[in-house]
Amino acid sequence: MSSIKLRAVVALSGLALVCAAQAAQKEAAPPKKAAAHAKKPAAAKDPVAADFEKFHEIMEEDSPAELFEAKGAEMWKAKRGPNHVSLEKCNLGLGPGVVKGAYVQMPRYFADAGQMMDAERRIVYCMVTLQGFKEADLAKKPFSKGSYLPDPVALVTYVAGQSRNMKIAVPQKLPQERAAYKLGEEVFNYRAGPWDFSCASCHGEDGKRIRTQNLPNITTKEGANRAFQGWPGYRMTGGLMHTLQWRMNDCFRQQRFPEPGYATETIADLLTYMGVNANGYLYKGPGIKR
Amino acid sequence: MKTFQASILGAAALAIAFTAQAQDYRAQAISMMKRDFHAKGIAHMDRLNEDAVQLVCNRSHDNPPKDVAERLQQDQLATVQYPADGKYLGDWQAGEKIAQNGAGMTWKDGGGKPNGGSCYNCHQIGPATTSFGDIGNSLLHFGKTRGYGADMQKYVYGKIYNAKAYNLCSKMPRFGHSGTLTEQQIKDLVALLLDPNSPVNK
Repeated sequence: MSSIKLRAVVALSGLALVCAAQAAQKEAAPPKKAAAHAKKPAAAKDPVAADFEKFHEIMEEDSPAELFEAKGAEMWKAKRGPNHVSLEKCNLGLGPGVVKGAYVQMPRYFADAGQMMDAERRIVYCMVTLQGFKEADLAKKPFSKGSYLPDPVALVTYVAGQSRNMKIAVPQKLPQERAAYKLGEEVFNYRAGPWDFSCASCHGEDGKRIRTQNLPNITTKEGANRAFQGWPGYRMTGGLMHTLQWRMNDCFRQQRFPEPGYATETIADLLTYMGVNANGYLYKGPGIKR
Repeated sequence: MKTFQASILGAAALAIAFTAQAQDYRAQAISMMKRDFHAKGIAHMDRLNEDAVQLVCNRSHDNPPKDVAERLQQDQLATVQYPADGKYLGDWQAGEKIAQNGAGMTWKDGGGKPNGGSCYNCHQIGPATTSFGDIGNSLLHFGKTRGYGADMQKYVYGKIYNAKAYNLCSKMPRFGHSGTLTEQQIKDLVALLLDPNSPVNK
């Protein structure tokens, strides 16, 4: 085991201890004792958050996401599906088979499909048109759960890894791409549902938190970049690999909306809005998330 | 002069075209969502429809004309169903649990479990909880600094029941109006803020 890994594991077990201690404290503390804590500074830094940051630094060089990248790379080259072909002819926007740099230049407009497509939507398109998979089957269970890892998640992680340390450059050349940005912005600002929430309710202001979770302001370049980074991400909560498709899905759940369809235009347009706002920053590749 | 007139006309035409296009994106985005979303669990498709408050706030980017805002706030205030027994203070300990509970109203919720208020997600409230959000203002020492009187109790009840009655485009959900919290739950939350024995006021 490399020393980096060893340090990471030590940090991780430290984190687990802090989590356990916190949970125990939560259960043990009777409400009456609460007053004793009153003199604590109002927004004391959450120890879990602080420890996670430390852990994140150590793990950055040696992320568990790389395992999923490797899995996706194998899957990309393997002959699969009813047509028994690989994805090596899949055009991610830079020509058939070009994977390097494709992730940071999506979503984009694909004339062959006549649609705006983010990385995952495009990969699903290739799995359907080249390999003969059925779109409805891929949409049935699109998110990681327990030991189940959907094929597109591994594939997106591989493709994203091939844009590591490259500049985010989501295109706005075509009228369809510019319209997608505008539509994504409208979706972002659309308040509805029983709790009157839009994406902007949580992601439209600088320096806000839900509990201890910092919320990126996606209307700004810096905030959009923060939201773009780290996906696909290995979530320590549950140990699952997730893509931006999952992130959008779970945001809409918490927005108290109905469910957005998997790999649909709404998601592609939202990701266009976010991606274009993040343009110019270096993408650090698949990462880890709390 | 002619050029001047033409440029004014041109500018006006441009402004109209621009507005029309902006409207068009909005309409397109809404129909796109209605096409791409589906009902799941308790989260039905009608949640994508705007009510009057949401529509006005969406169209004005949360900055509605004052007269419109006041009129709609009046309408919202009229929806508040105050307790029939005239009592606003419930049990602050039950209120604390409701404030901590972030569940409710998502497509994973339902099935008879009571909803939470998600209060700590956005507000500082009791002194023991340091993992609070800051989208809303701090409510620590709420009663101690603002008073415990009947008017204050009624105001807090109304604010939790329908925050839009006081600030039309407030980010706070309408917990009573939306059917998220029951009358008793709202009373318990009022007590959390306004019972002199609540840790909030220690």
